[in-house]
Amino acid sequence: MAKIVLDRMREGFTAGEIIETGSMHGNEWARVAPCAWRRVAEFLRDDPATQMNLFVDLTCVDRTPREPRFDVVLHLYSVEKKHRVRLYAGVAEKDPAIDTLVPVWPGANWFEREAFDMYGVRFAGHPDLRRILMYPEFQGYPLRKDYPKEKRQPLLRRLPGSV
Amino acid sequence: MPLTFYNTKLADAVNWARKYSLFQYPFVTACCGMEFMAVWAPKYDIARFGAEFPRFSPRQSDLLIVVGTITERQGPVLRRIYDQMCEPKWVIAFGVCASTGGFYQNYSVMPGADQVIPVDVYVPGCPPRPEQALDALVLLQERIQRGEGHSQVVLKQERGYEVPLAAIRPTVRGGG
Amino acid sequence: MADALPFSLGGNRRVVLGEVEVSDFDGDLPTEVMPLHMGPSHPAMHGTVRIALEVEGEKVKTADVQIGYLHRCFEKEAENATWTQIFPYTDRLNYVSPMLNNVGYALAVEKLLGIEDQVPERAQYIRVIVGEISRITDHLTCIAAGAMELAAFTVFFWLIKGREWLWELLEEVSGARLTHSYVRIGGVVADLPEGFSAKLREVLGKVRLAIADADKLLTRNKIFRDRMDGVGVIAKADAGAWGLTGPVARSTGLAYDVRKDHPYLVYDRFDFDVPVGSTGDNFDRYAVRLEEMAQSMRILEQALAEIPAGPVIVDDPRVALPQKHETYNTIEAMIAHFKLIMDGLHVPAGEVYSFTEGGNGELGFYIVSDGTGRPWKCRVRPPCFANLAILTKVLPGLFIADVVPTFGMINMIGGECDR
Repeated sequence: MAKIVLDRMREGFTAGEIIETGSMHGNEWARVAPCAWRRVAEFLRDDPATQMNLFVDLTCVDRTPREPRFDVVLHLYSVEKKHRVRLYAGVAEKDPAIDTLVPVWPGANWFEREAFDMYGVRFAGHPDLRRILMYPEFQGYPLRKDYPKEKRQPLLRRLPGSV
Repeated sequence: MPLTFYNTKLADAVNWARKYSLFQYPFVTACCGMEFMAVWAPKYDIARFGAEFPRFSPRQSDLLIVVGTITERQGPVLRRIYDQMCEPKWVIAFGVCASTGGFYQNYSVMPGADQVIPVDVYVPGCPPRPEQALDALVLLQERIQRGEGHSQVVLKQERGYEVPLAAIRPTVRGGG
Repeated sequence: MADALPFSLGGNRRVVLGEVEVSDFDGDLPTEVMPLHMGPSHPAMHGTVRIALEVEGEKVKTADVQIGYLHRCFEKEAENATWTQIFPYTDRLNYVSPMLNNVGYALAVEKLLGIEDQVPERAQYIRVIVGEISRITDHLTCIAAGAMELAAFTVFFWLIKGREWLWELLEEVSGARLTHSYVRIGGVVADLPEGFSAKLREVLGKVRLAIADADKLLTRNKIFRDRMDGVGVIAKADAGAWGLTGPVARSTGLAYDVRKDHPYLVYDRFDFDVPVGSTGDNFDRYAVRLEEMAQSMRILEQALAEIPAGPVIVDDPRVALPQKHETYNTIEAMIAHFKLIMDGLHVPAGEVYSFTEGGNGELGFYIVSDGTGRPWKCRVRPPCFANLAILTKVLPGLFIADVVPTFGMINMIGGECDR
């Protein structure tokens, strides 16, 4: 039902920025080259046939052991046209970084901060990239698959006799 | 009449006054807060027990009720609020998250509020029924009447530890 | 010397601290920007959040909303739990409307499994009914807490009384007042109790009266209107760019409701309206929620009239636990029960993003499965995370006292925002 979005993307970007597209369980998705992340986002927001004006979600998936390790996942929706799309961009494990989408949709601000906090992916050009859910003294990126679930980093010394 | 008779009666009277005029500080974080709101509400009225008024300032309250999950990030905040209260002060850990961490065993949840402050009464439940909350309050009131000492005293007796004022560096930006 | 002072008296006289002589000054009082933290333990920050304000007098210059004080690691726990074990965690996301979270998650997993059209019709009606009851409790709590922060305590008690009746009803259905864990993948765990329809109708009548009383006290109250009208205005153009959904977005004029635009379960069979505001201020958010409760009650009346008889969970042993009498008496059912509990049900590899209308807006579940009994990733798209982010834009320029109703009407629920 959102085929028009994928078609317009393929028409608008012909230099290999759209690596792959598909549809699974009723969700249309497209894999985008990370260098074109911002341009594709602006295109989807401004093109009159797609009109993706509602920023829905931006997150990250840790695809260990596949390379590139992280997939930045973006969900968009158009309130007028009532179609949605999911975009993927593969980001490598060593020095993970991708462009920020804050100039395109200001709502991406907090979502990118959370992706940075949980996975360590940096967003180039983000106005205020700092941790949002964890405290600034926290070391490491908790939602990565190699971070043990129960590894605590207490801020305060425990009372003696506590377990 | 020996002097100890009057002292005992005075202590009883003071404890009686203390237990029926607890000013609570509900340190509400999570879902247990909803049940705590229900305890205030007319059906399970907490005003019957004299503990109605929430005083959202640690300087004015003597019962700290830790309601909901305490995360590592919240630890210094909780500790600072406890330190700011004047003695005698009591602590109720409301809900399993405040008692032992609940069913959360992960990098962010502190396994119980008693890791950083001494707790007098633990209320299990996820969330506890309002009747459990009132039962905890009655248990605490009986304890106060018996003159068993407040949380600082008990901690000294049980663990030999004096809770010092925690030196917590304040931060403005970035949380802390 | 005087430059090292943290402040200076205005005018053309400077007084050094510690000196005995105090010269008279003819300037204004110092107007440096002062940092002021609201929260994380604050009566009006229900849930727990710190709003680090920089204020100049009473006016807010910048607002830095710092969340994360209730980060309970839903995603990390979900990666270590079986698909059915995640239901209690979803309860504690938006803990004022837990059934809606349960339903949203179950729909997402059913989409991945491919059994969405095999869920029995009675189960779908039950999901709608308990979901709408949860939505009413969500809005009741929001309005009650918001009014309490403006010192309208009576309204708080009346609406919490109404919420109490609904919770008793949900306790009969699921066994718990607040954290139900009632929905399962493929249906619901048990049927509605005897006489539920009659009880629900009676309770709805009483709740309607309670809401009408609160409405009489608030909606045309000059003090309430003065504090809420024109305060915290969000423009419609911002709503989409900042990702706002739910009553907050609808109050600005952005007419998007998942139940109407992309109907799921049996919402397309019901006749109900979606209230849309116009100015996007605090009062509009309050009015939208008030009207949404009335519309939810309309849906409930229709659902109670139309609900069919039948099973309440799908009849597939790979997905749903078999009936207890079979588990105790036949070996196949016992083995199926054992496998489901120990391994978890096996969801084929794939990804899906499934969205429903939660209490605060579009509640999305983005689930990645690798074919085992535990998810690879289970992400919640939290509606109030995006709704809260716009406070960094809305709060500057308001008074400190305006922060309280603005924050209250955004209805940030800590469990959902921090997850």
